[in-house]
Formats: sequence, structure tokens, C-alpha cells
Amino acid sequence: MPESKGRFGIHGGQYIPETLMNAEIELEEAYNHYKNDPEFNKELTELLNEYAGRPSNLYYAEKMTKDLGGAKIYLKREDLNHTGSHKINNVLGQALLAKKMGKTRLIAETGAGQHGVATATAAALFGMECVIFMGKVDTERQALNVYRMKLLGADVIPVTSGTATLKDAVSECMREWTTRIDDTHYCLGSVMGPHPFPTIVRDFQAVISRESKAQILEKEGRLPDYVLACCGGGSNAIGSFYHYIGDEGVNLIGCEAAGRGIDTFETAATINTGKLGIFHGMKSYFCQDEYGQIAPVYSISAGLDYPGIGPEHANLHDTGRAQYVAITDEEAVNAFEYLSRMEGIIPAIESAHAVAHAMKLAPTLGKDKIMIVTISGRGDKDCAAIARYRGEDINE
Amino acid sequence: MSNTAKAFENGKAFIAFITCGDPDLETTEACVVEMQKAGASLIELGIPFSDPTAEGPVIMEASLRALENGCTTDKIFDMVKRLRTERGVTIPMVFMTYANVVFSYGIERFCKKSSECGIDGIILPDVPYEEKEEFDVICKEYGVDLISLIAPTSHERIAMIAKEASGFIYIVSSLGVTGVRSNITTDIPSLCAAVKAATDVPCAIGFGISTPEQAAEMSKSADGVIVGSAIVKIISEYGKDAPAKVGEYVKSMVDAIR
Repeated sequence: MPESKGRFGIHGGQYIPETLMNAEIELEEAYNHYKNDPEFNKELTELLNEYAGRPSNLYYAEKMTKDLGGAKIYLKREDLNHTGSHKINNVLGQALLAKKMGKTRLIAETGAGQHGVATATAAALFGMECVIFMGKVDTERQALNVYRMKLLGADVIPVTSGTATLKDAVSECMREWTTRIDDTHYCLGSVMGPHPFPTIVRDFQAVISRESKAQILEKEGRLPDYVLACCGGGSNAIGSFYHYIGDEGVNLIGCEAAGRGIDTFETAATINTGKLGIFHGMKSYFCQDEYGQIAPVYSISAGLDYPGIGPEHANLHDTGRAQYVAITDEEAVNAFEYLSRMEGIIPAIESAHAVAHAMKLAPTLGKDKIMIVTISGRGDKDCAAIARYRGEDINE
Repeated sequence: MSNTAKAFENGKAFIAFITCGDPDLETTEACVVEMQKAGASLIELGIPFSDPTAEGPVIMEASLRALENGCTTDKIFDMVKRLRTERGVTIPMVFMTYANVVFSYGIERFCKKSSECGIDGIILPDVPYEEKEEFDVICKEYGVDLISLIAPTSHERIAMIAKEASGFIYIVSSLGVTGVRSNITTDIPSLCAAVKAATDVPCAIGFGISTPEQAAEMSKSADGVIVGSAIVKIISEYGKDAPAKVGEYVKSMVDAIR
């Protein structure tokens, strides 16, 4: 009897070509072995601390808290990690795993370029070959990150098929992996795709909530009332939520990209506008038409511009454990500017979606409430695009 | 015996793939008629999907053209019905598409309609053995074969997959995606022998086959050969004038394996 693995409620699974099945099984077996291996964990912790700069700060945003006049706001500063985002947490884990498995080449998709930069960085550090697939549209709106990846020694392949954005980069990575499996590890960047990726990536990102829980207990002596994170595929969100899932008093809120609004076709808010489907190796919610054709989604944020969401989030939505709200481009850009001026922290436009919801929610809560907002990445990469959005043309 | 397996009754089978609706369904319909006339044993009707992750550029682009031209699953069901009732197509026909096309339509509704309009099987390249039950139980109820795929990387999985196969087994000749290849480097005879040791269900080889010479070589080991991208390429080149050209090409391939 066939057994479907990697399920989160009805979501997840392994909907991939037979060609990749043994590679996924090999990866799962290697991961199950190394995740409990003290030597592996010691090496990974050392990399995270000495190389990536962990633990990341849990910063009390005092000015923002006072300005909004409600809940006490803490920012989990993943933007301070080496390479500028949470992506490095997962990449160091996967690259180390790939190295242990004898792989010499990393391939990865990237949207905003943060995961691509992180993967190129790990490849440089481990002396591995690296190829990054990036939608052509994204290579244009994130030109700085393309240069960073090349500087780090990676080949960047612009993907022109479909909408030439993140989903097409993922598809192209899957095609590339079926072509070259023996020496290549697909370093998937989010909690999506076929099993075991949603579990592996979640475990490597769970360091965010493992730290924040200890930090908030130390600072406040109690757990937060709210944890907010932006959510595309959902890796920083699941990392921010994971160690609070069992703590029922902690409200978990994922902030999706509504683009120009969830009542328009130019949106990427999967939970708010999508329906159940099977794509990119997993069963989950996807933006799609009545015949199951995947929708050409849109968001100002290249990192959230994806028509699906990780299967564990889909299940957290089904069970009501987490809530998913939609934030428009305009709200995110306002939050991008707000946090810059208020706290002197320029967040990634992705993270600005979480900041935007905090700006709405905090004033409605009492001063005795505590909120943690994950700043998943820094916003330097977005400055040119936001300037353009505001009608100002600057040279990068 | 399933209807699909009948394709293998008269010597080596030639299996022809076509992307439905490229450039339009009238052309697809005419091509299917010509392919039967030219001696094809089974037709694979590709239902276009927006993001076909197992396809190379030729079929990917054909799929996008078909969708842009308004092709839908329902219109394809109507075409199949016409092929069976008005155009005299009697050879087995199977759908090749992706899991989400079937899932979003409703697996039960999709299988029922397939069976009613004369479809004999379904190939879903993104549904491996571990995930097939959700589809297979309903397919069986409606007498539609869910075709199993075996790849050069399947190794010890071959027997497990082959033992539960129905209709025919689709042997993937090479790593990577669909598309014409000048060289197929997999040890095809060994792969076929491993499949045949596990089952009596006939097997056909696809991925990368385009020339009569390749087809002749492959048919030494397998019960049939599958050609897709080479046909889709002819259609993309000749458009509405493709049916006659496709017929000629299929005849040359059929002659090479029989």
C-alpha cells in the first residue's frame, strides 16, 4: 500500500516526477540521520553563531510603541543576520547537509534575491558550485542582488517562462534537478515543495522562535500575546511561529501580500484568495482559476510574489491556530517608510507587510499586551524600487 | 485486458503525444485523425497546464499557446467526444496532464467525464507511486487506467511500481524533462528487462525520441515508443497546416518499428 509522507493535515505530500523520488528519499534519510547527530548540530550552531551572527536581537521598539499607543512592540531582527535576512538560517543547514551527503553543487530559486544571495554565500563558504534561477522580471527589480550573487561566484540564470517570477524560478529549479541529481542538491528556500523540504526548512528556521521565546521570557518574564511575520511561501513565518504553536495564548498572524488588493487579480494573497490544489510538489492553497491553471500573481515584493503557501501554514489556517491577513502594496510601502523614520530600521519590503499589520493592530490593543514582529530582512535591496513607486528615479 | 493495453496487441506500439488546443482544437482534432490513419496505436492528449514542471521548452510553449487561445478542460472533453462519435477514432486515447488539472476539476467528476467521452487512461507525471491512491481508486471505479511511470533513477522501486501498474508502463528514457535528444545514454535494455521481470503489463519508452532510428532501437527493448516534442514541434511550425505533415511523420515512425 503506497504511503503518502510529509502531511500537515490534508496538506503536503510528495507530488513530484518519479525521476526525483529516490533523491527525495535519500534527502529524507540523510536529514533524519543528521538532525540528531551531535557533531552536525555543533557544526551548524557554530556556523549560525560565528558566521551568520546569531542569535539575532529582540529589540524593543520603544518609539514605535509610544507612537502607536497600544501593545508593546518587539522586533525580531533577522535583518541583522549575515547576508541580510532569515534565509541564511535555512541555507547554512541545507548546505551543511548537502556537504555531508557528498553533493558538490547547489541550485536554488530566488524571488527577491535574498535566498539566492544566501545560497551563493554558503556555496562560496563550502567551496561548492552554485546556480541560481531567478525570474527575469525579478532580476530587473532586484538588480543589486543579482550582482551580489555573481560577486559570490554563482551563475544566475534569468527565467523567461510563464510570468518570469518566483513560481517560474521554482519550476525551472525542479526541471534542472531532474536533469542533474547525482552531484546536485536543490536548496529550496521556503517551507514549500515536496516532502521533506517543508519539514527541513521549518526546522532550520525554527531557530527564530527558539531564540525569541527565550529572549522575551528574559525581558518580560512571560510569553508574547501576538507574533507577526510576513508570509509568502512562509519560511520566516513558520520559523517565527514554531515554538509558540503549543502555547495557545500566543496569537500567530501571517501577513500575506495583497498586491493591489484581494478584490483585484493583481494579488498574491494565497490564503485570502486561493483554493486547495496540488502544485510544486505539495497539496496546499494556491491562487488558480476554475480549471486549476496557476494564476499570474502580483506583489510589489518579489519575495512574496508566489501563488502558493507552505503546507504547514495551510494546516495552521485550517485548524484556526494561525490567522492570515492581507496587506496591500500601499500599506507595505507606508510601513517601509514608517519604520525607517520611526526606528531608523529600513525593513525589507517583504517584512514591511508584517510591520504594516502591526501598525493596524497595536493601537487596538492595551498597553499590557506584547507583540513580536519579525523583521525578516533588511530593505537596502528595495530602496530603488520603493523610490520608483513614489515616482522618484534614483541610480542604484 | 484494459482498453489501453489493446494498443499493444498488433506488434510494437507507436504512441503519439499532442498538446490539445495548439494552435486550436480543430487542428488537434484533425491531427488525431491523421495519426490514427498513419498507424498510431495510442494517442496521448495533453491537457495544457500553466506550469508544466516535467516539460521541456517545446511542450511548455505549446501549452501556454493553447491556454492563451482559450483551450479548457471542458472544451477538450467535447473534442474527445467528437473524435469518438463523429471522426471514427477507435484507437485508445489517454490524457496526459498535471495533478492540479484533475484535482481542481474534481477527481471523480474528471474520471466520470473521461470515461463517458471515451478516454481510456490518464498520465500524471507529478503523481508518483506514493501519492497515486487518491487518484487511482477513483480511476479504477470508472475503468480509466492511471498509467505508472518508471525512470532511470527508479532502481529498487521498479518492482513495487510495476506490480500495481495497469494499462501500460511509461518508461522515462532519460533524466530531465521532455524534449528531443540526440543521444539517449540510459541503459534501456536493462531498464526494460527489470520492468518486464516484475510484470506482464506492456511498457513503452518516452522522453527524447524523435528519429525513426531511435524508435527502431528503443522498440527492440520495449513494447512501444512514445513521441511528443517532435510532433508538437511540427505543429508549432506548420500551425493549421500541420495535420498532413504530422501524418507523414507518424507513418515514418510507425514504419521504423514494425
